[in-house]
Amino acid sequence: MSAIDSPEAEFLAGADRAPAMEALALNKDFRLSGRHILHAVRDVSFGLYRGTVVALVGESGSGKSTVARLLAGQEYPTSGEIRLGGQPVDLSGRRAFRHHKSEVQLVFQDPFASLNPVHTVSYHLERPIRLHQGRKTRAEVNHEVDALLEQVRLVPAGQFSGKYPHELSGGQRQRVSFARALAAKPSVLLADEPVSMLDVSIRLEMLSLLDDLRRRFRLALLYITHDIASARYFADEVLVMYAGQIVERGPAEELTQRPAHPYTQLLVSSAPDPDNLGSTLRTGTGIKTTSNGTRPTEAGIPAIGCLFAPRCPLADDRCRAEYPVPQQISPTRSAACWRLDIAASQLTGPQEQRGGGDTTG
Amino acid sequence: MSAPTLGPVSSGPAVSGPVLDIRDFSVVYRTPGGDVRAVDKVNLALHPGEVVGLAGESGSGKSTLAYGACRLLRPPALITGGSIRYAGRRLTTPADVLKMRPEELKRMRWREIAIVFQSAMNALNPVLNVRDQLVDVIHAHLKMTREEAHDKAASLLDLVGIPRNRLRSYPHELSGGMRQRVMIAMALATDPEVVIMDEPTTALDVVVQRDILAQIVELKETLGFSILFITHDLSLLLELADRIAVMYAGQLMEVGTADEIHREPSHPYTKGLLNSFPSLRGPRRDLAGIPGSPPDLRNPPPGCPFLPRCDYGTDACTSVGMSLAKVSSSADPNHVTACPFVLPDTPRPPHKIRAEAPAAAEEVTS
Repeated sequence: MSAIDSPEAEFLAGADRAPAMEALALNKDFRLSGRHILHAVRDVSFGLYRGTVVALVGESGSGKSTVARLLAGQEYPTSGEIRLGGQPVDLSGRRAFRHHKSEVQLVFQDPFASLNPVHTVSYHLERPIRLHQGRKTRAEVNHEVDALLEQVRLVPAGQFSGKYPHELSGGQRQRVSFARALAAKPSVLLADEPVSMLDVSIRLEMLSLLDDLRRRFRLALLYITHDIASARYFADEVLVMYAGQIVERGPAEELTQRPAHPYTQLLVSSAPDPDNLGSTLRTGTGIKTTSNGTRPTEAGIPAIGCLFAPRCPLADDRCRAEYPVPQQISPTRSAACWRLDIAASQLTGPQEQRGGGDTTG
Repeated sequence: MSAPTLGPVSSGPAVSGPVLDIRDFSVVYRTPGGDVRAVDKVNLALHPGEVVGLAGESGSGKSTLAYGACRLLRPPALITGGSIRYAGRRLTTPADVLKMRPEELKRMRWREIAIVFQSAMNALNPVLNVRDQLVDVIHAHLKMTREEAHDKAASLLDLVGIPRNRLRSYPHELSGGMRQRVMIAMALATDPEVVIMDEPTTALDVVVQRDILAQIVELKETLGFSILFITHDLSLLLELADRIAVMYAGQLMEVGTADEIHREPSHPYTKGLLNSFPSLRGPRRDLAGIPGSPPDLRNPPPGCPFLPRCDYGTDACTSVGMSLAKVSSSADPNHVTACPFVLPDTPRPPHKIRAEAPAAAEEVTS
């Protein structure tokens, strides 16, 4: 993992290149029973650049997986545009869809569910090779399978290609999923919670493998996670999503060290903190309920105003009436909040441009 | 919550000694390929009002240990030795769980030791509403009339902060956090003295997770039960638990207070675990993780089971008997480690001394 490099520098350098993939004002509504409509994705725009990692962070139900499915062409957006290499994505025909798939690949969360139990590892890899890499002889395909397995460090490759998913550990299965995604030779990789089903001790290894593949193939990587701490270490830019809206975005280190939006602040303060030995958990004083007695985590999404207002300690009348638009904090950071003057008072001063990296504690 | 139905047990006279004392406990899984030593001579004590964290990766035997302590394992699992002494306040003399007759076991389970299972979606019955499931538990373990049981179910929901109008909800109508709260309410229905929590918050978001953990701690303090908290997330335990037991390949590697484990981890595996999760706070550290995978427990290698993945391993480690020894440098007299060689201030070797990892370690990075 690129723990010593400066991700901000990489991110800023990447910003003037053309994005490999772009989401422009994406919206996705799902019609539920009756007249209910679920706004799963609201006005989401961002760019993915080759060789950089963008993390999409949010709780379950925040719409982050829907974003991945939209980008992968599994769902059609209700409105908005997706651009791939500067061109609007066209999924109208089989050929166009296949072309899109060869450029944009998905890695799923659960390696136990995403591999077919009745097929061998090599079958999982041969299919995308034949589909996306043109005509090849048997020997060429076999060679390619071995090369893919070596790239994800399943070595010796010959020992793994004939195995079935149940013969592999969770980490090994996820490596096969990575290899399968790489078989299409994509430019964009969408990784939907790629390590959250794995053991803590091998998560880092998998993330560093992903990081290594990202560098080697200059992949534009979208890393979807609920773990904001891993986003700090792994991503260049972080997008924080709440109820389908991107509420805050910025360079990973800066955003995690000095969160501006109240929701990001809540996320950061909720992460387990081993250094916090006088923890609220030990003393048992951590429960806060809102004025009407419901737990803040069970509060719903309002129809008007700021989506986070029911859980927000700073919400005022304006927040409950007007939907907040993203406000620029610095050239690389923005947050959708009406109360940024209070929520991010430490960020609004002119001297605060960079430098989250050297904060301690 | 009215006191007569669920009075705090902490008001009783202070009991000296642990409420649950696991000694030399061993479990094997009988498989065609040989016995898998899932739990190997584990000693662990849980004191009244204490939160003991059991940490380890999947397959380390932590759930087997906890379920074995309630004799909830079914074949091919086989308890091969040890004793589990339970000394609750409602018992006149301590009893050995392993020697209980079936009807004694039935009285002990849930009434004395309750479990919050890992996956609330699977542990709850999808075709029964919340009230019926709570009433089921109450009827199975307590003598109550229908009306009393219904009142009790409602007050249990109050206890875990779920509105009473959810009594008629079915599990699929509840959020993940609410389902887990129902599981906690169910475990507390009989006022147990020990609650085993098996990864109760693993599937939840951090914000919900923190909310539930805070509630667990609050309930523990008002009702006075002890918790055996199983998780693979050591960072969580450092904040939550009083003492932490680190388990690997069926054996305990290190036991100590959360502060000691955090400040002066003694076992290389504990050090590896501590270096496995990215931290949000403080300067960015170089993280390493633990390359490799656990040994095959059908044929455990001689000596230390962690040796193939250990950075500090020497030839002596293949012959060392695994027993927990006191960490001499530690301020905590009960801080024990299974690694006799590595003290907290031992410098990390410049390169690995040991030979190449065996073929069993398939996760090895090239």
